[in-house]
Amino acid sequence: MLHIVVCVKQVPDSREIRIDPKTNTLIRQGVPAIANFYDMHGLEEALRIKEQYGARITVVCMGPPPAEKSLKQCISLGADEAVLVTDRGFAGADTLATSYVLGLTIAKVAAEIGPVDIVFCGKQTLDGDTGQVGPGIACRLDLEQLTYVYKVEGIDLETRRITVHRLLEDGVEVVQTSMPVLITALKEMNKVRRAPMPGMLRAATYKPIIWTTADFPGLERAKIGLKGSPTIVSKTWVPEQKQVNTEMLPNESATGAATALLEKLWQTELPQRFGWTAQEEA
Amino acid sequence: MAEEKAKGPQAADMPDWSAYRGVMIVVEQRAGVAKNVSWQLLGEGRKLADKLDTDLIALVLGHDIYGLAEEAVYYGADRVYYCDAPELQDYRTRPYSRVCLQTIEDVKPEIVLFGATATGRDLAGAIATHLPTGLTADCTILDVEPHPSRLLLASRPAFSEKMLATILCKQYRPQMATARSGVFEALPRDTARQGKIIAVPNQMSEDEIAAQVLNFIEATETLNLEEAEIIVAGGRGLGGPEPFKLLQELADALGGVVGASRAAVDAGWIGHEHQVGQTGYTVRPKLYFAVGISGAVQHLVGMQNSDVIVAINRDANAPIFKVANYGIAGDLFQIIPAITEAVRQKRVQGSAAAVEPVVAVEAVEGRK
Repeated sequence: MLHIVVCVKQVPDSREIRIDPKTNTLIRQGVPAIANFYDMHGLEEALRIKEQYGARITVVCMGPPPAEKSLKQCISLGADEAVLVTDRGFAGADTLATSYVLGLTIAKVAAEIGPVDIVFCGKQTLDGDTGQVGPGIACRLDLEQLTYVYKVEGIDLETRRITVHRLLEDGVEVVQTSMPVLITALKEMNKVRRAPMPGMLRAATYKPIIWTTADFPGLERAKIGLKGSPTIVSKTWVPEQKQVNTEMLPNESATGAATALLEKLWQTELPQRFGWTAQEEA
Repeated sequence: MAEEKAKGPQAADMPDWSAYRGVMIVVEQRAGVAKNVSWQLLGEGRKLADKLDTDLIALVLGHDIYGLAEEAVYYGADRVYYCDAPELQDYRTRPYSRVCLQTIEDVKPEIVLFGATATGRDLAGAIATHLPTGLTADCTILDVEPHPSRLLLASRPAFSEKMLATILCKQYRPQMATARSGVFEALPRDTARQGKIIAVPNQMSEDEIAAQVLNFIEATETLNLEEAEIIVAGGRGLGGPEPFKLLQELADALGGVVGASRAAVDAGWIGHEHQVGQTGYTVRPKLYFAVGISGAVQHLVGMQNSDVIVAINRDANAPIFKVANYGIAGDLFQIIPAITEAVRQKRVQGSAAAVEPVVAVEAVEGRK
């Protein structure tokens, strides 16, 4: 049976974060913590693979203790087991330090629960927005790497080959590779289900497996948390809001409005730039 | 705090950074055609290299791509390393990252930049972990501190574009970043420019590579929102999929592409590849039409850096008008066709003496 690991991060819903206009700082208060929604599309795909091919699903998360909430949500949706890796030592990790810890975690999951065939990550997280942890984990565990996947076309259990569709800027790539593989999921991949009642009941009493630094004998302290993070934020600032003097154009008739707009646009550099008109002198 | 770290116990293990010189741009291509972002990064990299008084280096990988190595010189590179092998015909993480890693190890650039595309992010993430070094994603502002610190100041949007953050990598070399398309300016192509072109060996043979690209389906309409210079975007106010045809006609007349708000995409009126905003693409075209889009924050963060914004909405109080340079409050079903018609006429008139633009207009009409 396939063993699928899904990486989930609990993040502040950055869509809800506002900037205090007086202090130019983030208002974090009252911002809900949610499971990164790209990760949930990874979980949904894992559940669909489970239904079609049979699989065991282990969810892993690095984060502070309240992240248990997101893991319970994954259990309610149908994950079999959930591991929370939590320790003050992990705090302040950038993508390199994060992929180190998640790599160790997945290796431990493989050793204790069973070899891992597929690892799902979200395309990126809502708060970090980098998309770098997935490739980082693939590199650490020497997995095949398939990023920006929006469709799993099929898995051949005999040859252990998996075929997916990747969504790129200029088209769709159909690619096949060998398991074990790491896949990063796009939101277009699927529609995340609602938790069924039995799942909700199981999640209510479920306690995730908790691992701390003490549970990883080979862990190198210099590679975790702030210390293991090569990148540092030197400053943050709120970009000045572009001051726009909106000019409302009269709309007595559609043609009138259109003519007025074109007059304005033709006063800009746009027509020349795009070759909409021959130059006046020409 | 960071300085403390540099003096810490691991400082002794740090490589001697004076061996790391040069700004490297990893050029992305498909079928021998480079992505615009690669030339844009060479343009920006030129400034960084000049400020550091060092070389601008390009790395080109693929099959039958010697021409691109020459192009990289024309676009500003002092040195170009290229790897030409049939195994590199299609992008695949392992063979590409192996060549990049070997070249980075040999050449020792102090900075390596990639386009923040699917491919660039896939490749940079693998390489940075392998080296290991710090990697900053999706930069929109790049600068360097002069000698002796020679630090890359990589700035990027944070918290859903609400803030900007400058990220440093003090303890590792090279310093790596991916940078957005359409933000930086390419240098004019100059065939008189001289540079060294150096071949580097391929690292993996086909039988060592598990991944096989079975097919590539090019986007039906070559839609590339992030690189588009003119976007005509529609939202909830369109009321259905049909009116997007009106937007397409205007986009065709202007030479642009069609975008959409999340509401229109979620309603299924148009594909998600058109979505501008928070969970779609962040765009900064020269001209952006927001049609029937009210202007939710999630949309605004994705388009407010466009040079010229035109908003057309029935509701004169819609927030979209706050970020627009020109606004028309009214019925888009009347106004959009009127604008399209006016643009066509203006283009024909304006180019009465020149034949080419007229042909272009006919070609646009012929497509429908």
